[in-house]
Amino acid sequence: MNISININGETVTRDVEPRTLLVHFIRDTPGLTGTHWGCDTSNCGACVVQMDGQPLKSCTALAAMCEGHEIRTVEALEVDGKLDPIQQGFHEKHALQCGFCTPGMLMTTRALLDENPDPTEAEIRMAISGSICRCTGYQNIVAAVRWAAENAEAEVQS
Amino acid sequence: MTAVGDRPIGFGPLKRKEDARFIRGKGNYLDDIRLPGMVHMAILRSPFAHAKINSIDTSAALALPGVAAVITAKDLETLGLAWMPTISYDTQAVLAGDKVRFQGQEVAAVIAIDEYIARDALQLIDVDYEPLPAVVNARKALDEDAPLIRDDKDGQLDNLASPTWEAGDEESTDKAFAEADTIVSRDIIYPRCHPAPLETCGMIADFNPETGQLDLYNGNQAPHAHRTVYAHVAGLAEHMIRIKCNDIGGGFGNKVPVYPGYVCAIAGSIVAGVPVKWIEDRSENLMSTGFARDYIMKSDICAKDGKITGLRVDVIADHGAFDSTAQPTKFPAGFFHIVCGSYDLQASHVKVKAVYTNKAPGGVAYRCSFRITEAVYLVERMVEALALEMHIDPIDLRMQSFIGTEQFPYETTTGWTYDSGDYHKTMRVAMDIAGYEDLRQEQEEKRARGELMGIGISFFTEGVGAGPRKHMDILGLAMNDGADLRVHPSGKAVVSLSAQTQGQGHETTFAQIVAEELGIPPEDVEVRHGDTDKSPYGLGTYGSRSTPVSGAAVAVVSRKVRDKARAIAAQMLETRPEDLAWEKGRWYVKGDPSVGATIFDITERAYSGDSLPEGMEGGLDAQVIYDPPNLTYPYGAYIAVVDVDPETAHVTVRRFIAVDDCGVRINPMIVDGQIHGGLAEGVGIALMEVITFDEEGNCLNGSFMDYLIPTALECPDFELGATVTPCPHHPLGAKGVGESPNVGSPPAIVNAVIDALQPLGVNHVDMPCTPARVWAAMQGNAAPPQ
Repeated sequence: MNISININGETVTRDVEPRTLLVHFIRDTPGLTGTHWGCDTSNCGACVVQMDGQPLKSCTALAAMCEGHEIRTVEALEVDGKLDPIQQGFHEKHALQCGFCTPGMLMTTRALLDENPDPTEAEIRMAISGSICRCTGYQNIVAAVRWAAENAEAEVQS
Repeated sequence: MTAVGDRPIGFGPLKRKEDARFIRGKGNYLDDIRLPGMVHMAILRSPFAHAKINSIDTSAALALPGVAAVITAKDLETLGLAWMPTISYDTQAVLAGDKVRFQGQEVAAVIAIDEYIARDALQLIDVDYEPLPAVVNARKALDEDAPLIRDDKDGQLDNLASPTWEAGDEESTDKAFAEADTIVSRDIIYPRCHPAPLETCGMIADFNPETGQLDLYNGNQAPHAHRTVYAHVAGLAEHMIRIKCNDIGGGFGNKVPVYPGYVCAIAGSIVAGVPVKWIEDRSENLMSTGFARDYIMKSDICAKDGKITGLRVDVIADHGAFDSTAQPTKFPAGFFHIVCGSYDLQASHVKVKAVYTNKAPGGVAYRCSFRITEAVYLVERMVEALALEMHIDPIDLRMQSFIGTEQFPYETTTGWTYDSGDYHKTMRVAMDIAGYEDLRQEQEEKRARGELMGIGISFFTEGVGAGPRKHMDILGLAMNDGADLRVHPSGKAVVSLSAQTQGQGHETTFAQIVAEELGIPPEDVEVRHGDTDKSPYGLGTYGSRSTPVSGAAVAVVSRKVRDKARAIAAQMLETRPEDLAWEKGRWYVKGDPSVGATIFDITERAYSGDSLPEGMEGGLDAQVIYDPPNLTYPYGAYIAVVDVDPETAHVTVRRFIAVDDCGVRINPMIVDGQIHGGLAEGVGIALMEVITFDEEGNCLNGSFMDYLIPTALECPDFELGATVTPCPHHPLGAKGVGESPNVGSPPAIVNAVIDALQPLGVNHVDMPCTPARVWAAMQGNAAPPQ
């Protein structure tokens, strides 16, 4: 079937099988391999993208279901060479090591801050509890989200 | 510290160079790679733990449009690849031909135009299995009536995986126990768990039939060693094999071995003549790749006059169906015999018996430093049990028994020579951060109210940085590492490593080592690794060996360049080399610091048309292979505070204090990140993570639905501290540290759980301390995991 999905502001049209998972659709589109696949039971969150601003595990959505929706991936966080504060915060606070969970974490926490610009530590931990990180022990991720919350004006400037 | 603005040139909390690509989704992990003409491979796996294979019918799969080939053991036999050697000098079936020996074992491989069709085709392969009774319980593996698993091996009449291995001295240990005034015995299990890196294992094999060149894209932790193995197995010359490891989404020991899927992808590419990509899914990763631990340990510990005097351990090691344990050749139980821990013992004795069972192979993985996780868990649990028996504070017993600072270098009764340590000081730092006395007070008050609060201690000594070539090799390859440093005419440099980062920050910290030694800013030092055509030979990253071995190599190669620079500077300054002194980035005339040459001036000269000292070649570069004289022995003092819900037996790790001493810290920010991650693993292992099997050998934890990994909700904010006791034999005084937190933390948490349950008279609980298991212990029915 032929489907069109708006990904990062551009319409991507491809002929796919109905069973094609969104994660594969996104990754098979040239250049969008930032979205990762870490499990097969919808637990790890490495594949989180935003659909209409809400975090979505893209391994648990069929591409065909996303026609007409707006998908945003990690590649769209940086605008005109300016990092999203959440990207900057992850760098400042050493909130990534191997980097494999990072895109999903970034998209999850971007959605959190859009809804709740000043989250408590408990709110941050709850928000990212659908994402597994094997490297960081989470502590610096929490710190990075706080950094981004406290430096939100950086985004406004862009 | 020399600095450019707030950026350190050399050691310090430099932010990571790697981050730029990862935060933009521009990393280059294995599955991101797409080659022209690439096809996909999927693997059919055994539903049985133990079964004879009567026949495999692949005709329906082959008939499916889009399927290019189906490979079985018969096809591999013609290539001599049906079985492969393991790191432990055993053999492992690549694809099962005669029978299957664990659930999830590789039986056939399908190559198709896309991964969806490849998996469709798996459903169409018809295998006729004849189930056999499975060996699940390692304690019964050597029973007379136990089914023989390895009937493929000539002369193998039972399920013994390797000869019983011993360390220490039995006689003197018996004497220590005979003279002791307190003896405690425990059966302690370190259950099977799994490193589960977030990125699973995989391979893209690209064989060029015209040239005979084999390019392998594969995120593994030891690319050079893998290349040598493939050369032997496939009969190709090493220069015709190129392994490229790009970004790796975590390794944690899972990506050290060669897996059957890799060999199948190579065979597939040779057969199909196009690149073949294989990426396993999570269930395949958990069920078939290298597990960790699975040690069943029977132990006695004794004390005399308030001091620990002796320890003996009798281990049954469950190695699964093939012994593919990754460890140095002469160490079949890894470094388990470091089990004397941080204590000045009179005597100790260790015996390890390894058996085959109908389970996946593995054993050494998951930040274990070659079985030191098991050793530290054992000794720290036993010391805690001894303290309980003696009615003495567990910290007091440790303090009274520690190896004294003046005793280093210290030779243990099992033959290790610890390099340095100040254990009393580090323990006191941890007690201060924890507010230990106040915690005990709080605990007393809570106990009076019927609340269950526990405080658990772990004081560990690690042994990392394998290793000296006279003792340590893997498959005959000395455990050394290379470094190649080239300073360009512009003064920027490239350092190539045989170490292979999987997130540990090598691209940043190794640049810092060059910066520290040569004064070239770290952003001008490019760190390269992971391409066997371009980096010097060495054994890779595991066992926390990168800093001890590769880090030393980079320091030494930098000093070689610095020495050459000195000779050039002497000529430039018209003086003798011995009249020059070094400050970071510059040679200057002793007694007249205003006259000197910077490393940039010298580099320019080295490449210019100007003359050089007689006999000296132009350019500024050097290469070394570093052979470490000993391991490094970092250590740490950990204190866990847990609350156990009396109604549900749910354990919460409320606080975790970790004071690590890894000698000189190259980048404290990165060290702390390593420790956070390892502590989270420790929380998982202690409370949640386990791989178990039912009586038929069905794996009960083969996905993230039931192999539980801690999320941000289960991990506390870790409270870290540091002491610095440099390694005397390391060029930088640095010790490894990456695995310390996983090694040290599980015993602290389990000791805390048992401490919490003291009012109920509980003196033992096995990991993982799930609510069900803790509840059973609270009812007096503690049962080990199966």
